[in-house]
This record gives sequence, C-alpha cells and structure tokens, in this order.
Amino acid sequence: MRLNWDRIFSILLIVPSVIAIAIFVYGFIGWTGWVSLSNWDGLRPDLSWAGVVNYIKLFSNARFQIDIRNTIVFTLFFLGASMGLGLGLAILLDQGIRGENIFRSLFLFPMSISFIVTGVAWRWLLAPGDPATGRITGINVLLEKLNLPTSRWYTDPTVLYIRPESGLGQTLDLIGLDFLTNPNFGLPLAMFSIVLAATWQMSGFVMAMYLAGLRGISEELREAARIDGASEWNIYRHIILPLLKPITLSVVIVLGHISLKIFDLVAAMSKKGPGFATDVPAYFMFETTFQGDHYSQGASIAIFMLISVSLLIVPYLVYSTRTETKV
Amino acid sequence: MSAKSIAFRLFILLGVLALILAACKPVPAPTPTTPPPPPAPKKLEIFSWWTTGGEAAGLLKMFDIYNAKFPDVEIINATVAGGAGFEAKVVLKTRMLGGDPPDSFQVHMGRELIDTWVVNDYMEPLDDLFKEEGWDKVFPPGVLEIVSYDGHYWSVPVNIHRANVLWYNTKVFADNGWTPPATFEEFFALAEQMKAKGITPLALGDVGIWASVHLFEVVLAGTLGPEKYNGLWTGETDWGGPEVKQALENMVKMLEYANADHSALSWDQANDLVIQGKAGMTIMGDWVDADNLAKKFADSGWAPPPGTQGVFIALSDTFGLPKGAPHPEQVKEWLRVAGSKEGQEAFNPVKGSICARNDCDAALFGPYLQSAMQDWAKDAIVPSLAHGAAASESWVTYINDVMTVFVTDLDVAKAQAGLLQACKDAEVCK
Amino acid sequence: MTSLRRFFPDNFFKHIALPDGHPLSRLPRLGVRLSFYLTLLAASAFYLIPIYILVMTGLKPYAEANLAQMWQLPSTPSLESFRQAYVTLATYFKNSIALVIPATLLSAFLGSINGYVLSKWRFRGSEILFTLLLFGMFIPYQSILIPLVQTLQRVNQAAQALGVPESLNWLVPGYGSIAGLAFVHIIYGIPITTLIFRNYYATIPDELVEAAKIDGASLFGIYRWILLPISMPAFAVVLIWQFTSIWNEFLFAVTLTQNPVIRPITVALYNLAGSYIVEWNVQMAGAFMAALPTLLVYLFLGRFFMRGLLAGSLKG
Repeated sequence: MRLNWDRIFSILLIVPSVIAIAIFVYGFIGWTGWVSLSNWDGLRPDLSWAGVVNYIKLFSNARFQIDIRNTIVFTLFFLGASMGLGLGLAILLDQGIRGENIFRSLFLFPMSISFIVTGVAWRWLLAPGDPATGRITGINVLLEKLNLPTSRWYTDPTVLYIRPESGLGQTLDLIGLDFLTNPNFGLPLAMFSIVLAATWQMSGFVMAMYLAGLRGISEELREAARIDGASEWNIYRHIILPLLKPITLSVVIVLGHISLKIFDLVAAMSKKGPGFATDVPAYFMFETTFQGDHYSQGASIAIFMLISVSLLIVPYLVYSTRTETKV
Repeated sequence: MSAKSIAFRLFILLGVLALILAACKPVPAPTPTTPPPPPAPKKLEIFSWWTTGGEAAGLLKMFDIYNAKFPDVEIINATVAGGAGFEAKVVLKTRMLGGDPPDSFQVHMGRELIDTWVVNDYMEPLDDLFKEEGWDKVFPPGVLEIVSYDGHYWSVPVNIHRANVLWYNTKVFADNGWTPPATFEEFFALAEQMKAKGITPLALGDVGIWASVHLFEVVLAGTLGPEKYNGLWTGETDWGGPEVKQALENMVKMLEYANADHSALSWDQANDLVIQGKAGMTIMGDWVDADNLAKKFADSGWAPPPGTQGVFIALSDTFGLPKGAPHPEQVKEWLRVAGSKEGQEAFNPVKGSICARNDCDAALFGPYLQSAMQDWAKDAIVPSLAHGAAASESWVTYINDVMTVFVTDLDVAKAQAGLLQACKDAEVCK
Repeated sequence: MTSLRRFFPDNFFKHIALPDGHPLSRLPRLGVRLSFYLTLLAASAFYLIPIYILVMTGLKPYAEANLAQMWQLPSTPSLESFRQAYVTLATYFKNSIALVIPATLLSAFLGSINGYVLSKWRFRGSEILFTLLLFGMFIPYQSILIPLVQTLQRVNQAAQALGVPESLNWLVPGYGSIAGLAFVHIIYGIPITTLIFRNYYATIPDELVEAAKIDGASLFGIYRWILLPISMPAFAVVLIWQFTSIWNEFLFAVTLTQNPVIRPITVALYNLAGSYIVEWNVQMAGAFMAALPTLLVYLFLGRFFMRGLLAGSLKG
C-alpha cells in the first residue's frame, strides 16, 4: 500500500515540470512552427496557411546560405580549439603542478562572464586598425612589436575557397563536384575572431570537465601500465584518452548546441561582419523578425536552428539512454 | 519519516523562501523627478532608447516640465539602449504584439512610423491635438507631410536631426590650406592630397552597417538632387537608372578613401580619428556635435557634404498615442509638452538637435545648432533612409543586406540589381 | 587495476620504451616541468588580457578611453568611471540578487526532485519523458519571445480575475515582474538541472534505495535521509551554473521587465551604452563590476564545482 502511494506521489512530483515544459517548450515550438508555415509579414499577425514556401525561399536566400557555412565553420573550429586547449591544460594541470588551484580557477573564470561582456572586450582586442596609415590598434600592436604578421581579424571579408581555375578546382569539376568551388564552401577569415573569443570563454569549462575525468582514472591503472614499461606519452594515447570518451561526448553536446545558437557574442563583437562574414542564423533571425517585421521568415529560421540542434542532440540522447539501460 | 513531518518541513522551507523573497523585494529607487507615491497614483510610461548623456538629460527636462504641471503623475522612464533603437524595437514590438503597449513610445517620423504602426492600426490619430495646439502653423510643411498619412496626423516630432553633415578638423585643414569640398570631384581631389600626407581622407565606422547606409543616402542625395532623391521612395525614380549607377560609383570611390577597419568601428570611434587628426573628414549626422562637445574637441568644422548644399536630410524622433495605451489622458498632456515651445527648447539644446518647431529661440543653442537652424528654415527638406523616414523598416533591412555585400565587393552592377529588387520586395516599385 | 589489463592485448606495453617504474618518474624532469609552467603562464596571460582591458579602460577618463590608447596606462588612474557605473548599477544589483537567489534555489530544488524521481523511481516511459524534458535546453530563446509574453500576460489576467490583493501582486509570476522573470528562468532551467541531478543520482547504486524501500522508507524519506545529505556536489554544480546563467542572462531580462525600477543588472549595464554616444570607460567599468559576483563565485567556489563534476554530474 505504501509503495503505491509513493508511486503516485513520485509521478505527481514530476507532473508540474512536465506541464511547464509542455507549454513553454513544446507549445511555443508549435506556435513558432505554425508561424513559419504562415504568411505573417508585418506587424499584424497573419496566420493564414502558406505551406513550406518560407523554407524554400530561405534556402535560396544568399545570406542564409552564408549563415549555414559560417555556422559549420564556427562549430568545427570552436569545438576543435576548445577541446584541444581544454584537454591540453587539463593534462598539464594533472601533472601535480604547484599552484594548481590558482591556475584552475584562473582558467575557469571566463565562464562566469556573460557573452556580451566577452564580446565587447574582444571587439576592442581584435580591432585591427588601419595598417595603410600606420595606425595599429589592439592585439596587432603586440603582434607587430614581436615581428609577427598582423591580421585584419573580424574586419577581413576574405573567404578562402577553392577557385574554379585552380588545379584542385578543375579536378573537382571533372568529377562533377564543381559546386564546391564556391565561396559558400569556403572559410571566412573573420569568423576566426569569433572562434577566438568563444574559445577563450569556454575552454576553461572543457578543461574542468577533462580534469575531473582525468582524476577519475585511478592511479593504479597508470601504475600498472608503467610497470609494464609504457611511457607517459603512450599511457595517455592508449589508455587515458579512450577512457575520456564519455566526457568528450558531453563536451561536444554542450559546446555544439551553444555554437549552433550563438548570438550574444556575435551581436556584441562584429554583428554580421563585412559581407556577412560573421553572420549567423540567430542574428539573421533576430534582424529579420524584429527589424524587418518578417515574422514568418524569422520563425522558419528558428525552426531550422531547432532541427539542426536536434540532429546533433537526438543521436546522443538515444545513444546514452541505450547504454544506460544496458548497464 | 511520516508524510506529516515531511509536509511540515516543506512548509517551513517554503516559509523561509518566502521570507527571503520578501526581504529581497526590490525597493523602487527614488529618481529626482518622481514624487512620493500618493493614494491613487496616475502613471505615464514613456518608452525610448535615450539612456545616457544629453539625450537622457533632455528627456528628464521634459519630464520636469510635465511634472510641474501634473505633480501627481508618476512618470515611468522605460528605456532600452542601443544605437537607432534596435534592442528597444525588439522589446516594443514584443509588447505591442503581446497586447501591452506603453503609454507613448519614441519612433522615427516617416515610413517607420507609418508602415510599421499606423498601417497596421496600432496608433490613434492626433488631428484634434494638432488643431488645438495650432501645430499646423508651427511645424514646417515638410515635417507635417512626413508625420501624416491618409489625411491624419499620427505623431508629434520633438526634434530634428540632420543626416548630411561633413565634419572636419579645422586645425588640420588650416595647416594644409584645405577647404571643405563642395562637389564630388573636389572631394576626390582633396582625398588624394590627404592620402599623400598619410591622413585617412574619410573616417567611417559602420559596425552593424547602418553608418554605410547613412553615407550612401548622403551620396544619393548629392548625386541625384532632392527631387529625384524623393522620387526613389515613391517609385518615380528608377533604381535601375543611370543616376543611381552614378551614385553607386561615387560611393565606391568614397569607400576606397575610407579607413580599412571601418567594420570594426562605431561612428563615434570614427569621429575619434578626425579628432586625433588621423583622418580628415567624416560624413555623419549632427549628433557628432554632441560627441565633440563631450570630448571637448574645439577644432570642429562642418559643411554640407558634396552635392547637398541647400539640401537638409532630416530625421526626427516623435511620440504618438498607441491604441490601448493605459493612460490616454496623461499621454495627451505629454504630447502637448513634447510639441510645445517650452518642451522643445528644454530638450533640444541638451540633446544636441534642433526644434521641429520653427519658433524656438536660437540663442539657447550652440554654434553648430544655430547654423543648422538657419539651414532648416531655408533648405529643401528630404527624408533620411537609414533613420526610418524615407522607407519602411522592412525595405531598409533589404537595403542593409545589399549594402553589407556592396561595401565589401564594391560590385556596382550587383548592388544596383539588389537595390532594384529591394524596392520591388518592398512593393513600392513594380 | 590489474583487472582492467585484460582489456589490453598481452604484449601491449612490452614493445614501448622502458623508463624506470619509480613512482617519482611521474613528475617529469626539471626542463620539462619548466616548460609546463611557462605554458601555463602563457595560458594565464591569454585568459587575463581581456580583464586587463576592461579594468584599464575603466580607470581612464572619457577622452582617453579609445582604441588608439588602448594599451597605454591611464594618465591619471581614477575610479570615477567605476563610481559612476556603481551609482547607476547599484539598484539594479539589488534587483538581480532578488531575481537570482530565489530562482537559483528553486530551480536547484526542482531539478533535484526531478532527478531523484527519474533515476530512482523509474516507470515505463520515464526515459522518454526525460529525453523530452532535456530537449527544452536546446530551443533558441529568440524564437519564443512573443508567445512567452502573451502567456505571461494571461497569468497576470488570471491573477486579477482571481482577485489577488494588490500587496501580493509582486508574487504573481506574470509579465513585467521579477517574479515572472524568475518563473521563466526556473522553467527553462528544468532541463539542465534535471540532467545534472539525474546523472549524479544515477551513480548512486540502486541497491541502496531498494534496501531502504524494503526497510520501509517512503518516497520522501529516501530523498530526505539518503540522497539529500550526499547531494552536495550536485547542488554545487547546479547552484553555480544556474547562478551564472541567470545573472548573465539578457534577452529575457530586457523583454520581460518594463518598469526600469525592477530591471536586473544586465539590462542596466546594456543601458550604460547610450544610443548615439557610448562612454566606453563607464561601460567597461560597469561590465567589470557586473561580472564581479559571478567571477567571485567561480574563484572561491570553483573547487566545489570541480568536485561536483568529479562526482559525475555531467559525465554523460
């Protein structure tokens, strides 16, 4: 009898959260979805049915195509840099360094700052100045003093892409992949400034995760490997890194969904950037909805963002629930 | 552990939390213009993006005038910062769509007001108010035309800003024997001389792109002249025609003389370059005057940009009465203050703009503003593009997108096609 | 442990070079250690430079707060900008505290209960329910602003219809109040807090709970006497995470509060930037001060965060 009451109570405890999420997440997503399929353009809501025409127009929109490219570039490099730096620092700190606590707090604190403040600070740091007139500002001042090449950072409209006339371009053309010789498949150099600022902010978090993971690998395992004659380097490569896989997965999920939705940082640093070089879907959505009053277009961008995040998250969720029920 | 003791503990926990909430309840900070709450407080919520500096000070002065007449009304100064009110518009539109309009909100006169709010039936007409206050005699006809639609008046302009001003460093010019250029040819010739001396000819700070759109509207006005410029916004002037092409080509040359890091700077950081003597000129609205004063820059000179002598590109901040405003009577009184000589004379010298009325006392204003007032009385008045007067916000965002690409690739043909398409998308051109 | 060696092929380690297995070989030689320290110092410089910019610019007068003089020390360092920023931000600081503390506590509590139920009182479909709950973390918040405002308006209307007395109005979680903003943060905090607690409680063996149930402990009893006392690491992670997120959050703060008197500090900080003129020195000083609480939380409580992560809160 007791257990039955407890069962009922346990479900009752969950019910408020379920209702809240049902309304505030799924209900609102439904609303956004409906708007994306409507004709709402202008400040008066017009929810008449329009079908998928907004999505068709969206994918043929030049700015949106650039946004997709920018998101992919940002995600790849942001994840790569944060994970590389975070893992590297975690391994360093795991060596039994003196003052580990201080370094750890130092690396972790950028996470506590809002993206807007980070954006403002890095906007100043990476303001390039105008080398033509000898006016240099920001980090370029230090780079120049050290005789290193300066960069135009986020004012650089250059997109590195495979030129159709180049050797590689012509090869691709021969095998029918000539669509790849297009700036939409290129690297916008300005984006790296955003990557830098975002990595500064989140690599401490990655470091904390990996450090916790490293501490969780028992010393005896490493001892055993050492007794068998393994060098430190090989211990890391063959034992420790594979054991950190679950953490890597968590990190990819957390950073991935931040990068797909990135907005505050871009708005504070460079906005859409020269020639949309730092434009991202969230920023496009914001502008088109609240400045241009194109609500249905904004909603379709939002749904697109949601779907792209789902593509990242859902496989992970399925995988983790499955491995858990196994254990 | 019995359910009763659990419930008891939960109750205690909730009680403690409630006490924390009560202790942390935000205490309203006393502002200088808000009197202590009376028994049945009347309120007035004014929504704007005037958060700091002269703008905020001017707004507070108008609040003072209002409260002197109506001491029992509590004015809520709802502001959201951000250049040209981008963030503020998000909040405003969200509220209006959510059915919670503020009592009155700042809105740019012209198409921004009409196409966003009036056409969609969010505003009340103000014809009676205009008649009572005799404003149809005091505001210039150009302004009256821009705040009307469908035969009615929809908002009260508080100020006038001029968009087409060429600012320069008088000391640098004097040292080199330069004079401000009156035509595009003179501008480019002067630019060459500046370049030779290592001075950036044109300081531009267009993060967020609007400053480049601002520059473009000045070039458009200078190339096309006032009639054809006005025709762009009604569909009479052909966006695909040779004049627009010429304007785009002028723009290309101007951009080539601009600083390379313009997408990293805001307009005031570009003005810094002029102040420091690193750049020769900047083309920006007359809020530069306020910036110069704040930075105590004494060598500021101004002139009409090339081709726009006798042309006044105007933008204006106005207030209206939204439908469903919680306190319409208070709003009407506020609008009276906003449109009154007293109100505008209190606001504008501090804000750094000139009165929309043509009867303000010039002695109250600084030297630049006095010259602006003289020009205002005799120049041809045309609406600004970048600041919501000439085109609807929807159209402006299309143009912004075209300009974002144009400023980088300087492709005239592509930009002209884009501008023509933008006009069609805005349903003004066929 | 030797039992794990069975995962590796027999001669796996033999073919690798043989340094001595002395325990102290764990600490690399002096040259290597020096390079470690240098790398860490370089990394520290990387992390500190932006703060340096914030503080230095804040110490300068307006005329010097520009890009050209970015690296120069202020001619006369003065706390004037900090004072100005402080005067502007002080009230909003209180508002942020009034928002963040209840919202953090309540959302941690809620996440803990949810995590408990979903890990120790599983039922058919509870995993799917958890996944559906988790999904709420990933929506772009810009896209739901309008229906959110409309829903919160309805809460206000409902409260009015129910005749909530004027004095209790501030408790109504509707549009335009700190309570409403806290309410929104609590709801959108449900996914992440539930995730953290559920993962944490999953590391506690089910047998412990089963044994307690057999001994006659109730739903609340198990929570109160077994799980809650050992939940501190998870609470640490959640409280720190939520405190930071809610303190720094801007979009909801600016959209859902109309009366400037109750605004949180993020909006006030944003408003330090004028629409046409930005006083960079005041803005940077203000940004630094607004970031101080969360910064201090991380500096002093960071190790509890670490301990919580160690205990498996976000391990996946």
